[in-house]
Amino acid sequence: MSRDIRPCGDSAVTVEFRQVIDPSVNAEIFAFCQALERLQPPGVVEIVPAYCAVTVHFDPMVITMGELRAALDAIPEGTGENGAQDAPLIEIPVCYGGAHGPDMASVMAHTGLSEQEIVARHSGGDYLIYMLGFTPGFPYMGGMDESLSTPRLKTPRTAIPAGSVGIAGSQTGVYPIASPGGWQLIGRTPLKLFDLGREQPFLLQAGARVKFVPISAEEYERLDQND
Amino acid sequence: MINVLSPGLLTTVQDGGRVGWQRFGVPVCGAMDNYSLRLANRLVDNAPEEAALEVTMLGPRLRFEEPCVVAFAGGDFPLTLNGVSVGRGQAIAVKNGDELEIGAAARGVRGYLAVSGGFDLPEVLGSRSTYVRGGFGGYEGRKLQSGDDLPLRAPAVWLQDMASRRADPWLLDAPLQDRPIRVVLGPQNDVLSREGLDAFFYGEYTVTAESDRMGCRLKGPAVSFREGLDANIISDGVAMGSIQVPSGMPIVMMADRQTTGGYAKLGAVITADLPLMAQKRPGDMIRFDRVTPEEAAVALRRMRRKLENPDFLHEIW
Repeated sequence: MSRDIRPCGDSAVTVEFRQVIDPSVNAEIFAFCQALERLQPPGVVEIVPAYCAVTVHFDPMVITMGELRAALDAIPEGTGENGAQDAPLIEIPVCYGGAHGPDMASVMAHTGLSEQEIVARHSGGDYLIYMLGFTPGFPYMGGMDESLSTPRLKTPRTAIPAGSVGIAGSQTGVYPIASPGGWQLIGRTPLKLFDLGREQPFLLQAGARVKFVPISAEEYERLDQND
Repeated sequence: MINVLSPGLLTTVQDGGRVGWQRFGVPVCGAMDNYSLRLANRLVDNAPEEAALEVTMLGPRLRFEEPCVVAFAGGDFPLTLNGVSVGRGQAIAVKNGDELEIGAAARGVRGYLAVSGGFDLPEVLGSRSTYVRGGFGGYEGRKLQSGDDLPLRAPAVWLQDMASRRADPWLLDAPLQDRPIRVVLGPQNDVLSREGLDAFFYGEYTVTAESDRMGCRLKGPAVSFREGLDANIISDGVAMGSIQVPSGMPIVMMADRQTTGGYAKLGAVITADLPLMAQKRPGDMIRFDRVTPEEAAVALRRMRRKLENPDFLHEIW
């Protein structure tokens, strides 16, 4: 077994996969979570996927850890027949630079690239959401072009507006709610990643792919859902 | 309706927690001491994890604008109704215009005021728990302030039948016991050296003032790592009670913890002992005992059985 099931207290287990951040491991995790959802063992209350582990929270009054282990062990390894192809691709419109991307100049200075080139590279590929965490709806994504890597701000901002798209080291992310942070902001999306007023409050989910689509400031105004 | 005359130190609406949204990064929140939440609700015939007021160190002063039955469980807080002392751990019938004051805790940190019928507040993502950092749930997503009006739902049972019901003192004081806190090892206990684990289980830790609803920071013998290893892991899920050792000093992750974390977890406090953890004050000493998940499950079943046993509740009229 390349999976290792370990207690995480008396009401959760951590299912550890190969301990590397890699899309192939994420595809296995995605398939594992889908299989577990289909299986619906009694007493399983939450399934929380991360980079290379899945935490399964359960009610020990309903199922014992031993019974849960047996149910989890029965899930086949690998990505199965349908694997990661089922992962949705979500397009996020982004207005790059200007007032929406106050750190564009600093990213240009650090990378030696033009604004046009930064936008082309940032919106060129698609990104894999490994997990959500930090704040409700915050995606931990992989797949950014290495040439865009820029260190965090020396002094973090006390408030970053919701929808801001930033770079920190080799990572890129989007802030779902206004929060403090040190990421270099290169743009902003008019979409709400987290909205309690929506039937599905979260736009993103672990295992999904994201593509950033450049839009103009006028389009941003037209689509703006944030305050 | 309950009118808040003074809010106390940190009074929030909490239920059994916002379960089911951790995969989207939403913290569970909920009562820190789930046992006392259940006991208070049981005394007023509510569902076990119905939302109640969680008070912290210094309680609020409340005026009731309608008759209802309330019960308080948890830490040893003095209660007065219209200036007259009343006991915790019992159902109390209150009338329109009555004033209930919850004072400063003599023992423990947190207490729960359950109201028959519960609060008429909207569920957010399936829960009435307050998530203060996220600004949603409970009463307008924040701690209570003077002047707040808390609407109530009609109780399912006629109130005269409930007052006055009383819990055995030992049932009430169970979360205030001074005994070792039990821990299940895992998932990342392997990164610790044998000496590190021994230091943790043979040592004594002090609860520091940097403890809140997110986590309880401890001070004591440093927990050492195996040669070449440290506390950093690739982030994964964090359960309530998980013990992280970011720099060798343990932090017990509590109700408002983030859903995932990048520090090794040597183990987690068992569910049956989380109420004890929740009631520890800065300066209190803690020892830890190692148990198996099976022993933890037995302890939880025993605790729930005590709560449900009708012999431990008395009708005193």
